[in-house]
Amino acid sequence: MAFDEMSGDGGDVRESYRGLARWLADAPEGLLQARSRQAELFFRRMGVTFAVYGDAESSERLIPFDVVPRIIGATEWAGLEKGLIQRVSAINAFLADIYGAQECIKAGIVPAELILTNPQYAPEMQGRRPPRDIWVQIAGVDLVRTGEDGFYVLEDNCRTPSGVSYMLENREMMMRLFPDLFADYPVRPVETYADMLLASLRACAPEAAGADPTIVVLTPGPFNSAYYEHSFLADKLGVELVEGRDLFVDDGRVFMRTTEGRKQVDVVYRRIDDAFLDPLTFRPDSALGVPGLMTAYEAGTVTLANAVGTGVADDKAVYTYMPEIIRFFTGEEPILKNVPTWRCREPEALKHVLANLGDLVVKEVGGSGGYGMLVGPAASKTEIEAFRKKLINDPDDFIAQPTLALSTAPTLDKGELHGRHVDLRPFVLSSPEGVKVAPGGLTRVALKPGSLVVNSSQGGGTKDTWVLDV
Amino acid sequence: MLSRTADSLYWTGRYIERADFLARILEATIRLAAIPTRGDGDAETVWASALASAGAPKALGRSPTEKSVREYLAFAPDNASSITACITRARTNARSVRTALTVELWEAINGAWNGLAEQGQPTRRDDFGHFLEWVKTVTLSVEGAASRTMLRNDGYYFLRLGAAIERADNTARLLDVKYHLLLPEGERVGGQLDYFQWTTLLREVSALTAYRWVYRDSVKPWLVADLLVLNRQMPRSLASCQTSIVRYLERLASDYGRRGPAQRLAAERMRAFETSKIETIFQAGLHEYIQSFLAENGRLGQAITEQYLS
Repeated sequence: MAFDEMSGDGGDVRESYRGLARWLADAPEGLLQARSRQAELFFRRMGVTFAVYGDAESSERLIPFDVVPRIIGATEWAGLEKGLIQRVSAINAFLADIYGAQECIKAGIVPAELILTNPQYAPEMQGRRPPRDIWVQIAGVDLVRTGEDGFYVLEDNCRTPSGVSYMLENREMMMRLFPDLFADYPVRPVETYADMLLASLRACAPEAAGADPTIVVLTPGPFNSAYYEHSFLADKLGVELVEGRDLFVDDGRVFMRTTEGRKQVDVVYRRIDDAFLDPLTFRPDSALGVPGLMTAYEAGTVTLANAVGTGVADDKAVYTYMPEIIRFFTGEEPILKNVPTWRCREPEALKHVLANLGDLVVKEVGGSGGYGMLVGPAASKTEIEAFRKKLINDPDDFIAQPTLALSTAPTLDKGELHGRHVDLRPFVLSSPEGVKVAPGGLTRVALKPGSLVVNSSQGGGTKDTWVLDV
Repeated sequence: MLSRTADSLYWTGRYIERADFLARILEATIRLAAIPTRGDGDAETVWASALASAGAPKALGRSPTEKSVREYLAFAPDNASSITACITRARTNARSVRTALTVELWEAINGAWNGLAEQGQPTRRDDFGHFLEWVKTVTLSVEGAASRTMLRNDGYYFLRLGAAIERADNTARLLDVKYHLLLPEGERVGGQLDYFQWTTLLREVSALTAYRWVYRDSVKPWLVADLLVLNRQMPRSLASCQTSIVRYLERLASDYGRRGPAQRLAAERMRAFETSKIETIFQAGLHEYIQSFLAENGRLGQAITEQYLS
């Protein structure tokens, strides 16, 4: 039995859930289902959609929303917050070091070849400092839980983490659907996220930008899967949503084309991967980027959030070294644990993984979104054998982890509540003014009974995440 | 405002207006084709004239038929300016600048696009007629949503500017239909058929009643032209469209604190309207007048693009 967010190990209802349990007991039959239908209607009308690649039939799909909140008590959260701040601070220091003096390589903390030959390592950044020396302005750290104190980091998303619009929209929806629940519960507001982000991005602007820097959100365009989120964020921040063709570089500075002529841009919150940012430096076939952007970046006239080359910190192979990295840069013991991981690049580990494929989760080092992974216990014999071949051919590309008993949370399924596995992605903002965590996050839930895959591209849903004040 | 945002709004305005115009052209043509005449091949001439007014005289080769023209102007995927394509493009443009639109306007445009699938591609004449009715209704609701809910700032002005430029273009082309509609042998100017052709045009811009109110006279070609070219009371006339264009351009200039080539060009053309008389226009040739108007309108569109949209 997995740990349940509501009933723990099967005993009494946990304290943070008691109010909800009472409310559920009093709720008239069919209320949750009715509210659930209402939520779907609202979301469809507002167009809160997510494009699913390879699904021609419905290129704009709704992510299922579960109306039962995931609740985190004040003490639990305080621990998580401390751990997240520690971890993201270490990641920023690690990136500054990797692209600077490389002390952590010299000290033997991480193998040089793992960094320098990593596809996510950006040689362009070697010896450079982004404005204010902040590398990961926005991180989305994926956490899973196996017990009362058992939080593990599954992935550090340091490139262009998405999902924050769901954190905000889900809360809107819950307040609309269940106003009386909020009257009884001291839920910390997440609505401040836009202000936090804006303040954080401002503080990261180049010094020359002055007191009122111009900020933009850079999107690949309406056909990107997360376009809704990009336009949502630009709207909440009150800044322009730009595409690559709206920007140009002149004399080492970035400008946007406006109806009143050119306007200099100081901070680009970019939702485009490194490889597509600047066709002159990276992929020449990229039509999404801005020619010359890297020249301006190197001249220090513009801030990119996140910085170029941060992918080397959330790479699945580098992940395995994160506990050592945290100790090295903070001098502290890591507060949040890593999931024990076998690096298939090491022959001993590979042997173990091949012998235990049926019990393990195997992931492609560069993969994301739940694509290209094997969940041993849920896979068929044929799938396992097919994966074994891939693994033997290219062991460097894979890591393996034990199948964690992810915690479950009560979730509505055909009118009844059942425990379904969940994870949690809190959002962490870094600026010269410090590292801050938004009091909430995105809870993803695997809607199929027993399933451990929570990715929205693989049929996962979302829940509102409540962080309690007391 | 981003130039691209302005550009998308401008083209949303243009495409919605064009969809409405195409529906009107098709309705007019169906009526005209229904008039019994003596000669053979007159129906083909009528449908060819519809293509010419839509700006694609050679799109279907030498002998366009009712079926091929209807299909081409309403649904053809290879015609970038079919009704279906216009609504789709308006929606694509609107979607890329959603935050610049009000919820009501977005829902009207998105609703029109969603409706395309429900409407299908009717081939029977009466079903096709219903389709054209539907197109006029949805474009009207887009227009209404814009005028009722949008803030009066640059976004609104660009949307309206696109619609006004397009509408000027369309009125001019509609008027030119008559030029392409040669009277068959035996029919005289001012005769039954000639009369019917002019009233059909008026009806298609919802101006037949307006005509009677303004002129209190039977339908006469030069008065119809006066109504559609110079009359300021008539919202579709070239002069009215020009007044709107000047108004929106001047608001932009005052909001931005700067006038440019587009404002100067528009003002220059407005002065030309103020001194025009319909008699002079007819003497020089209505068709020639319209052709030169279309060229100037194109230049103005180009000036707007260069000044604001790129």
